[in-house]
Amino acid sequence: MPDGALPVLDVKNLKTVFRTRAGDIHAVNSVSFHLKPGELLGVVGESGSGKSVTMMSLLGLLPMPPAEIRDGQVLLEGRDLLKSGPDALRAVRGQEIGFIFQDPMTSLNPVFTVGFQIMEPLRKHMGMNRKAARARAVELLELVGIPDAQRRLKDYPHQFSGGMRQRVMIAIALACDPKVLIADEPTTALDVTIQAQILELVKELRQKLGMAIIWITHDLGVIAGIADRVMVMYAGQVAEQGPVKEIFRNPAHPYTRALLQTVPKLHGERDEKLRVIEGQPPLLAAHPTACPFRDRCAHAFARCGQENPSRRPIGNNHDVACHWDHREAAP
Amino acid sequence: MNAPDTPTDTAPGIGQNATDRSRKLVEVKNLKLYFPVYGGLLRRHVGDVKAVDDVSFDIYEGETLGIVGESGCGKSTCGRAVLRLYELTEGSVRIAGEDIATLSPEKLRRKRPSMQMVFQDPQASLNPRMTVASIIGEPLDEHTDWSRARKLERIYELMDAVGLNRDYANRYPHAFSGGQRQRIGIARALALNPRFIVCDEPIAALDVSIQAQVVNLLEELQEQFGLTYMFISHDLSMVRHIADRVAVMYLGKIVELAPVSMLYESPLHPYTEALLSAVPEADPFTETHKERVVLKGDVPSPSNPPKGCNFCTRCPKVMEICRQFEPPVREHRPGQFAACHLYEETRTAGTSGVTRSEHNETSVQQGEDA
Repeated sequence: MPDGALPVLDVKNLKTVFRTRAGDIHAVNSVSFHLKPGELLGVVGESGSGKSVTMMSLLGLLPMPPAEIRDGQVLLEGRDLLKSGPDALRAVRGQEIGFIFQDPMTSLNPVFTVGFQIMEPLRKHMGMNRKAARARAVELLELVGIPDAQRRLKDYPHQFSGGMRQRVMIAIALACDPKVLIADEPTTALDVTIQAQILELVKELRQKLGMAIIWITHDLGVIAGIADRVMVMYAGQVAEQGPVKEIFRNPAHPYTRALLQTVPKLHGERDEKLRVIEGQPPLLAAHPTACPFRDRCAHAFARCGQENPSRRPIGNNHDVACHWDHREAAP
Repeated sequence: MNAPDTPTDTAPGIGQNATDRSRKLVEVKNLKLYFPVYGGLLRRHVGDVKAVDDVSFDIYEGETLGIVGESGCGKSTCGRAVLRLYELTEGSVRIAGEDIATLSPEKLRRKRPSMQMVFQDPQASLNPRMTVASIIGEPLDEHTDWSRARKLERIYELMDAVGLNRDYANRYPHAFSGGQRQRIGIARALALNPRFIVCDEPIAALDVSIQAQVVNLLEELQEQFGLTYMFISHDLSMVRHIADRVAVMYLGKIVELAPVSMLYESPLHPYTEALLSAVPEADPFTETHKERVVLKGDVPSPSNPPKGCNFCTRCPKVMEICRQFEPPVREHRPGQFAACHLYEETRTAGTSGVTRSEHNETSVQQGEDA
């Protein structure tokens, strides 16, 4: 690692395929990334780009079959999670790695009280007794900014609003002081004003607790505000990775560049016409032997059809998987 | 908004071409749409969910009026009410001079070709058992007596217009991606040559790179066919791109309505300010330095809105008067309408022509006094 600190999570060459009757779908294709302690890594990509499947693969959350992890290593502080058995993985989930899902409506169990659901990991993983778990649950609800925490433990999920439910989800994910928190589109289902509340909360919690976070989103604005480093995914591969300011100031991959241009701005000149990325993302049915973005790419040339580019470093902690050199020609 | 008499409103009848921007195509007055709540042993009418509560606005020909707000603010209900997809509780909706709120069912049916809708979820709004050609052609079956060949010709024409390959006419919706499905929905809305289309979150279900394609298509079609849009969305940056004027809704009411540049550069209502400041921008340099107005709490229930101003429970600039009286909608600057006591106070104090920052200072002082 260039910055010295050992990564808390190191994913190497992860390959996940889904076996279907119509053949294999290569959902995650040789994805490598690392996460340093206390760092917030933003993962951006469109639906189907493999962001969620990558994270689910790490934790053994995919149904197997049809899913199959073909290759790779997932090192959590040096231990390979892919080689761990189901019991060992269960101990990792919730305790060392917390997970926040996109939809707070469906990821809480409607028939149990919120208190029960927060206390469950505390009692299972931390071996707390009922009283200690209850005290910790109140503490957690206060931490995520739910007023009148003591009384609200007895409430059911339907008695909470969307934003409050997402706060409860965050409280559950934080319950056992995880080293890594994976947040899969945690604010996509929320309104902008509620999203702003949750983003402020996460910034505050990072300062207080200092865990490393992987934040999956398709919203470049959210990433710009909170991430230290950004990984852009396309068609199950990492297209570009680098520090947040680098990615926004010097995007190197044509996909990243196009993605940044398709978003209309809230201030400044109004564009006459929005820039578009023509076409559709590719189907992932065949193992890619060429660049998956070439059909939509403005800079594609012969080599892009012959060889799937591997990631090459282009600057301080910044790498890109593209044959085209962005410094040679302006778009 | 109470019938904005904008300076552009010249004598009607001048210039009969399709897009005379000074002519009102849609006039909505005091629109109310309440959903009744029944309760108790006898299922008596115990209250109403005031989804749209006394809303007035106009849409000019060829214009795009953006409607923004959080979920549950009544923007979609308002859009559907304007096409009378719900029976109105009160108020009138005049489209091209005809009040559709009171039309008989048969007359309304004959009026429908001129007013269409594009729905949010292209998956749910297309019948999975109909082919693309039959989906796009269904309005033609209903409203025309054309021959099959003529209909098919029109279907192909529409598919060309929205950028769908003619060869796919006999495929079913499941064979298409989200963006292509939305194109089918748009082609269906265009089939009968409408003048007015309500677009209800047409891009909310699509990926970022596909959103831009659909928005560009809507703009091209507007230019080509002289369409008038009511564009409902929660995406403030996209609305800034596509709209000419924007109405901000909160809890069933329009709190501010203004031309797009004024609304985004100098919003009047504290809710508009908060909403704009909550939008994350794709620029890490401004994002880290931004002073964000973070609203506390959630939107109150529309079945039991607070007394006085709807926004008084969350407003960072709330004053005593806000909890007592509902602020009227007024034109505080030319073309910019807002419903807020902040500007009422300075108006009655006779300090006309004060700048915006002075407005805010007075409001803070008043807030402290209260």
